[in-house]
Amino acid sequence: MKLVIKGGRVIDPKHGLDAVTDVYIASGKIAALGAAPAGFTAQRTIDATGLVVCPGFVDLSARLREPGLEYKATLESEMEAAMAGGVTSLVCPPDTDPPLDEPGLVEMLKHRARSLNKARVFPLGALTQKLEGRELTEMAELSDAGCIGFSQADAALTDTMTLMRALQYAATFGFAVWLRPQDVFLSRHGVAHDGEVATRLGLSGIPSCAETVALSTILLLARETGARIHLCRLSTAAGIGMVRVAKEQGLAVTCDVGMHHVHLSESDVGFFDANCRLVPPLRTDADRAALREGLADGTVDAVCSDHSPVDDDAKQVPFGEAEPGATGLELLLPLTLQWAREDRLPLHRALARITHEPARLLGIAGGQLGLGSPADVCVFDPDTDWQVDRKALYSQGKNTPFLGARVQGRVCCTLVEGHVVFDRLHGREARKPAVS
Amino acid sequence: MRKNPQINQHGELNHLLTLEGLPREILLHILDTAASFVGVAEREVKKVPLLRGKTIFNLFFEPSTRTRTTFEIAAKRLSADVLNLNIGASSQSKGETVLDTVDNLSAMHADMFIVRHAQSGAAHLIAQHVAPYIHVINAGDGRHAHPTQGLLDMYTIRHYKPDFSGLRVAIVGDLMHSRVARSEIHALNILGTQEVRVIAPKTLIPSGVEGLGVKVYHNMAAGLAGVDVVIMLRLQHERMKGAILPSAQEYFKYYGLTPEKLAYCSGDAIVMHPGPMNRGVEIDSSVADGEQSVILPQVTFGIAVRMAVMSILASSGS
Amino acid sequence: MDLPNAETLVAHLADRIAPHVGADSALVGIHTGGAWLAKRLHQRLGVATPLGTLDISFYRDDFSRIGLHPQVKPSDIPFAVEGRDIILVDDVLYTGRTIRAAMNELFDYGRPRAIRLAVLIDRGGRELPVCPDFVGERIALPQHQNIQLTLDASLRFVLSLQS
Repeated sequence: MKLVIKGGRVIDPKHGLDAVTDVYIASGKIAALGAAPAGFTAQRTIDATGLVVCPGFVDLSARLREPGLEYKATLESEMEAAMAGGVTSLVCPPDTDPPLDEPGLVEMLKHRARSLNKARVFPLGALTQKLEGRELTEMAELSDAGCIGFSQADAALTDTMTLMRALQYAATFGFAVWLRPQDVFLSRHGVAHDGEVATRLGLSGIPSCAETVALSTILLLARETGARIHLCRLSTAAGIGMVRVAKEQGLAVTCDVGMHHVHLSESDVGFFDANCRLVPPLRTDADRAALREGLADGTVDAVCSDHSPVDDDAKQVPFGEAEPGATGLELLLPLTLQWAREDRLPLHRALARITHEPARLLGIAGGQLGLGSPADVCVFDPDTDWQVDRKALYSQGKNTPFLGARVQGRVCCTLVEGHVVFDRLHGREARKPAVS
Repeated sequence: MRKNPQINQHGELNHLLTLEGLPREILLHILDTAASFVGVAEREVKKVPLLRGKTIFNLFFEPSTRTRTTFEIAAKRLSADVLNLNIGASSQSKGETVLDTVDNLSAMHADMFIVRHAQSGAAHLIAQHVAPYIHVINAGDGRHAHPTQGLLDMYTIRHYKPDFSGLRVAIVGDLMHSRVARSEIHALNILGTQEVRVIAPKTLIPSGVEGLGVKVYHNMAAGLAGVDVVIMLRLQHERMKGAILPSAQEYFKYYGLTPEKLAYCSGDAIVMHPGPMNRGVEIDSSVADGEQSVILPQVTFGIAVRMAVMSILASSGS
Repeated sequence: MDLPNAETLVAHLADRIAPHVGADSALVGIHTGGAWLAKRLHQRLGVATPLGTLDISFYRDDFSRIGLHPQVKPSDIPFAVEGRDIILVDDVLYTGRTIRAAMNELFDYGRPRAIRLAVLIDRGGRELPVCPDFVGERIALPQHQNIQLTLDASLRFVLSLQS
C-alpha cells in the first residue's frame, strides 16, 4: 500500500519540522517528505489541505478494562476510541481483573490487541503479584511476554522493603518501574484535595504531602537501587519541584501528568460532580500552574489521557462512593491544543508531549515522522469545534468532566503502520474526500 | 459560576440542600415564616392543613431517630402524610442504589424527600435526579451540610440576640467532621454576623476553613473572650480516643464548656448545642442545664423551622 | 364610582356591633385590613378581652395553586377560645373563602360558643354559604375590580378601588 498525504501542515516535533508539505508512505513506513521518491505511485491520496499532519499520539496511560472489566469497556470499544482520538500507541496499566501478573494474560492481551489491527498496545506488568504489594512477579517472563515496564497502578505498596527489593530486581534487568507517588496512610479515605473546597463540601481530603512523602521515598530508593523510574500522574507543585531538583542532580527519572490535571482544579468539583472524582484528586490552581510550568521546562516529560472508562452505575452515586476515572482518549488532542493556546506554546512543543517525548521514554519507534519510521500518523483539523456529548464518544466510558463542553480540534484520519484505521474525512461535505 | 441547584428559574427555593450561597432574603423568609409556626404548637390543635394530601418520605440512609422525629412531627403538623424509611443495611446490601430507591418511591407519587445519608453530596445527587415537582430536604449528608439545623440555630440566636451585625459567635469542637458547623458558618456569614470563631485542637480543624469566613482559635480563653453566642459541637464516641484525640478526659479539660470557661464570654452569652450532648465530654452539666443554656428552646424552634422549610418548598414552582 | 367614607362606615359598624358585645365577647381581625379594623373597633367598643389576630395563610384553599404568602404573620389569639363569643372582623367580604379559612383556624384553638362576622364592605360575589352579621355598607362591584382598606398618611382609613 502506497499512500500520500498532500498539502497538510506537517508537524514533527522530534525533527523540529513545521511546514506545509507532503508525506509519502510505503510499506507501512514514512518513505519521504516533500518530493515523491522515484517511481512512487500512490494508491491513495489524502488531501490534508488546511489540516495538520503529525505523528500518531503516544498515550502513557489508557485503561482498556480487559481482561475482566468488560462491563466498563472492551478492547474493541476502546481501540475505536483510541483511533478516533489519534492515539496510535498506548500504555495500559496492569490493574485489570485479574491483574496483569502472569505472562499468559499479557500474551492474550497483546494477541487480542494485534488482531484488532489498531493502536499498538504496550502493557505494564504488575510489579507485585495480584498487585498486593507482597510478592514480586516474574518480571523477566512478563517482559518477554511483552510488558514494557512494571507498575502497581493505583494499588498500595506500603512495605518499603518490598518496594526496594522490587526496584532492585527490576534494575537487575534494566526494566522500568512506573510508580504513582501517593502515601497510603496520608490518603486513606480521601476523595478530594485536602483544602478549602473539600472542607466546604465535607469531603475527606488527600493532602499534598501524600504525594510528596511518597515521592521522597521513591526518589531516595531510586538513588539507592539505580532503578529506572517513571513517575506517574504527579499532581502537586511541591512534587514537580522535587522532580525538577532530582533531574538537575542527574537522577534518571521521567515523569508524566494527566491531561485533566493540566486543565482542571479542585473548584471544578462544583456541587459534587462525580465526573471530577479522579485519581490523584484535582488540586489547586497553583498546583495546576506548576504542572504546566513543569511541562514547559521539561521537568514533566509527557501528558497522558489517563483514560479510565467507568460505567454509569459507578458514577451515579454520592461523590465519595463514585469510582474515580474519566474517559480521555478522544479528548487528548483537543485538550492539548487548548493548553497550547492558553499558554501560547508553539504547536510543535505541545504536541511533543504527546508524541515524541512519551515515545522516547518508552523507547519505542513511534511518535515521529522520520524517514523509515513506522507510518503512525494523525491528521487533524485544529479548528473544528465540537461538543463533548455521550453520542460523540466512541469510548464505552462516557464520563468526563468535559461532558457538555465545546472543544476545538478534531482528528480526521488516523494511520497505523501505513493503514488508514480511522477516517472522518469520508462523507464530509465541506472537504472533498480526495481518494485517487 | 455554577448555578445554585436548589433555586429554580424563578428564584424560588426548590430544594434545601445547603445554606451556602443562599440569598439573605430566602434565609430571612424561612426564619420569618417559622415564627408563625411557633404558635401552632401551643394551640389546642397543633396542626394546620397546609400540606394536606402531600406525601413526604423520610429517607434515612443513616439512622437518626432524633432528627427523623423532628421532621416527622413537622410534617404531621402540616397535615402531610409521612412515611419513614430506614434504608441503612437492608436494601443497600441487596445491591439497590440510592437512585433506585428514589425512583421506586417517586413512582409512589412522593412529593418530598427528607434525606439523611452518610456521604456528603447524597442529597444533591437525589435532587438532580428527581422529577421537577419533587422537593428534597437535606437532613444531613456526611460532613457537608445540615441546613435545617443551621437554620434553627439562626432562629434561636435571633430570638435571643436580634441583631447579627453586632454578634461574636464561637463554634467549639469537632469542626472536622461536623456538617452542623459548616451550615452554621455559612448562615452566620450570610446574616452578617460580626465575627465567627471556631475553637478546637488542630486535629479537629479542617484545612482551609478560614476560607469559609471564620477565625481559628486553639485556646478556649482567647477564643471565647467576649463572645455572645457559644455553640458546642458533639464529639462522636469513636473519635474520643485514637489518633485524633488522646482521651475524652483531656478533651473536656481543655475544650469542654465549664462554668469557668463560660465566664470568658460576654455576661449575657447564650449556650447552644445541636444535640445529643455528651455531658462531661464537650459540656458540663451545670452549663447545659444552666440559665444561659438555650438548648431546649433550640429543639422547639427546630420543629417550626422545619415546618417553614417544608411549606416554602412545597409552594415553589406553583 | 364614589366610595363611601371609611371612617364614617367604621362608626356605623361599631354602632351595630355594640349591643351584642358582652363579657365573653372577643374580637378577632384577619390580616391585614381586618386586623386594623378590629383594632379600631376594639378601642371604640371598649372590649375587655384582648384583641386577637389571624393570618389565614396556613388555611388557604389555594395553597397548591399559588403557594405560601410571601409574608406570613403569626396568628395571635391571646385568650381561651373555648366557650367564647367571637366576632370575626374583616375589611371586605367577597367570595367567603377567607372566612371559611379563618373559622377553620379558630376551631384549632378551641370550640367557641358562637362566631359572628363583621365586615366593613360586603361587595357580593359569594362562592360559599357565608353571611355577615354586621355590615358597614353593601356595594356591588364587577368581578375585575378590587376594593381595599388602606391607611393614609395620618393613619385614617381610606377605601380604594383597583381594576
